[in-house]
Amino acid sequence: MSANQFKSPVVRWIDHRLPVFSMLHHTAHDYPTPKNLNYMWNFGSLAGLSLAIMIVTGIVLAMSYTAHVDYAFSSVERIMRDVNHGWMIRYIHMNTASFFFIVVYLHMFRGLYYGSYKAPRELLWILGVVIFLLMMATAFMGYVLPWGQMSFWGATVITNLFSAIPYVGESIVTLLWGGFSVDNATLNRFFSLHYLMPFIIAGVVVLHIVALHRFGSNNPIGIDTRGPQDTISFHPYYTIKDVFGIAVFLLLLAVVVFFFPNAMGHPDNYIPANAMQTPAHIVPEWYFLPFYAILRAVPDKLGGVLLMFGAIAVLFILPWLDKSPVRSARFRPLFRIFFWIFFVNAIALGYLGGKPAEGIYVILSRVATAWYFIHFLIILPILSTFETTKPLPKSIAEPVLGGFSSTPKQAYAAPRRS
Amino acid sequence: MAKLDTNEKSMPEGAEEPGRRDFMVVATYAMMGLGAASVAWPLIDQLNPAADTLALANIEVDISKIAVGQSITVKWRGKPVFIRHRTTDEIARANATDLMDLRDPQMDKARAEKPEYLVLVGVCTHLGCVPLGQKTGEVKGDYDGWFCPCHGSHYDTSGRIRKGPAPTNLEVPPYDFLSDTVIRIG
Ligand code: HEM
Ligand code: FES
Repeated sequence: MSANQFKSPVVRWIDHRLPVFSMLHHTAHDYPTPKNLNYMWNFGSLAGLSLAIMIVTGIVLAMSYTAHVDYAFSSVERIMRDVNHGWMIRYIHMNTASFFFIVVYLHMFRGLYYGSYKAPRELLWILGVVIFLLMMATAFMGYVLPWGQMSFWGATVITNLFSAIPYVGESIVTLLWGGFSVDNATLNRFFSLHYLMPFIIAGVVVLHIVALHRFGSNNPIGIDTRGPQDTISFHPYYTIKDVFGIAVFLLLLAVVVFFFPNAMGHPDNYIPANAMQTPAHIVPEWYFLPFYAILRAVPDKLGGVLLMFGAIAVLFILPWLDKSPVRSARFRPLFRIFFWIFFVNAIALGYLGGKPAEGIYVILSRVATAWYFIHFLIILPILSTFETTKPLPKSIAEPVLGGFSSTPKQAYAAPRRS
Repeated sequence: MAKLDTNEKSMPEGAEEPGRRDFMVVATYAMMGLGAASVAWPLIDQLNPAADTLALANIEVDISKIAVGQSITVKWRGKPVFIRHRTTDEIARANATDLMDLRDPQMDKARAEKPEYLVLVGVCTHLGCVPLGQKTGEVKGDYDGWFCPCHGSHYDTSGRIRKGPAPTNLEVPPYDFLSDTVIRIG
């Protein structure tokens, strides 16, 4: 795209010297995209929107929030009662955090199902896992800020994970706290980092997009695009589809923000932090529950911590565990079955993470934890050698257009509007 | 949206079709704009004073202890408020001033509910400094009221601007006498 394609002379003048418009045009306008993407490809743009909502509402909250153990809780209550629209802005921030995780989990499962992590998109996948880790750290520190009981005890438990490290563990925990318990110093640094990390996430998102545009999107049948007959321009076809997804997302978000704002939260966090008393049943935010279940499944402090981090570490090496050259689960009958078992198992881990660590729940947690790792470390490598895959279509245009080869123009014109 | 002309070409009976399409595009942008604006408003309005800030927006002051000829300064909405118990001479001079001599003409009667007590926001109307003249011994300016040292504005015994760069008289805040000795400002 050369600069003189723009109508406005001002845009042309700027673009000649600073090609931002060409770059945008290239990324979001005539970027060739597989024509067969389904709705599972909407979650990337939704994640971007979620990040934007978090940053905007977060900056606004920070204008009225006080990061001090004596004032944090009441400053959040002041946001809820006194600051104009403060209740709404805070509920949007809280619930968009949950929606962000829902969207990102679906985005990740999409990648798992359609083999989007495979060559040449390994780095794209790895950058995604980095974003996921950063999101978890950001959300964890954000949850500490209102300084309720769950904030305080969540912070205590999670920072204490590091005490499992042999020899240096205790010193690391003291370093994290800036004291001998979770206290004012901890709250201050968490606020500072909670403000910083979303911007780091935004930076990694840019890299994620650069990596994506190197080879373009994967697609539901997982074969490479072979030319213009397989693709359509991003705008208007996928911009309008993304806008539709955004409308549905915002509608659901509004329902939760205005009618069930605390459904995904925990009532104990409306009790001010008390260092002298732990709540009877402490649970992390729902999006951490699968990992929390893995942590508790192991009857050994260091072992539990290692497995929990290991559950994310396997995601980094996934592209080298699943060596099957076929990407999409559509053409891998066995993988497809195991994918759904894995999916159910992941939900089960989430459920178990929210249950008390006793009786049958412990046993089930252990089985589910074992399966999580068996899936990645044993099933996937074995499947990649032994599975008989179904024949792949010759091109994307073939299954989409029922076999007859077509020009892009015919493809657009096919569905006549009434 | 301009790129929709791809369709026009493959649509010979075209003329009416793009019209309908354009309407939808414009309607979509309009709805998106409306949505964005209605989200922007709460994000901007949160910058306005919160309910607890507004709740502190009025104060009650006991004025019985101010001797004739003396002034006190109280804080209201984060700003100084001057309350001067004026002498009969000061009141007389304020009333005797010809309105034609004033930059911001206003009768003294319109500025004081009871002539003995003058209540003013102690913020210079030029660029916001606090004028001198409250404490005994401070410069009161050429008109025996207040003098703003920042850029040299002189106010008279009614707090009206007489000389210097300030454009208007010192502001009179809203206030009531709750009794003979207590006023509520705000
Ligand atoms: C990746 C993006 C982000 C995530 C996942 C996230 C997550 C969270 C979570 C889970 C909470 C606790 C909500 C509650 O229980 O009240 C929170 C609170 C908070 N966040 Fe964020 N946040 C993000 C971005 C930001 C940004 C960019 C800022 C500011 C620049 C910010 C400022 C705050 C503040 C001030 C609070 C405490 C006030 C409150 O509790 O509502 N956040 N965040
Ligand atoms: S601020 Fe008082 S004269 Fe300029």
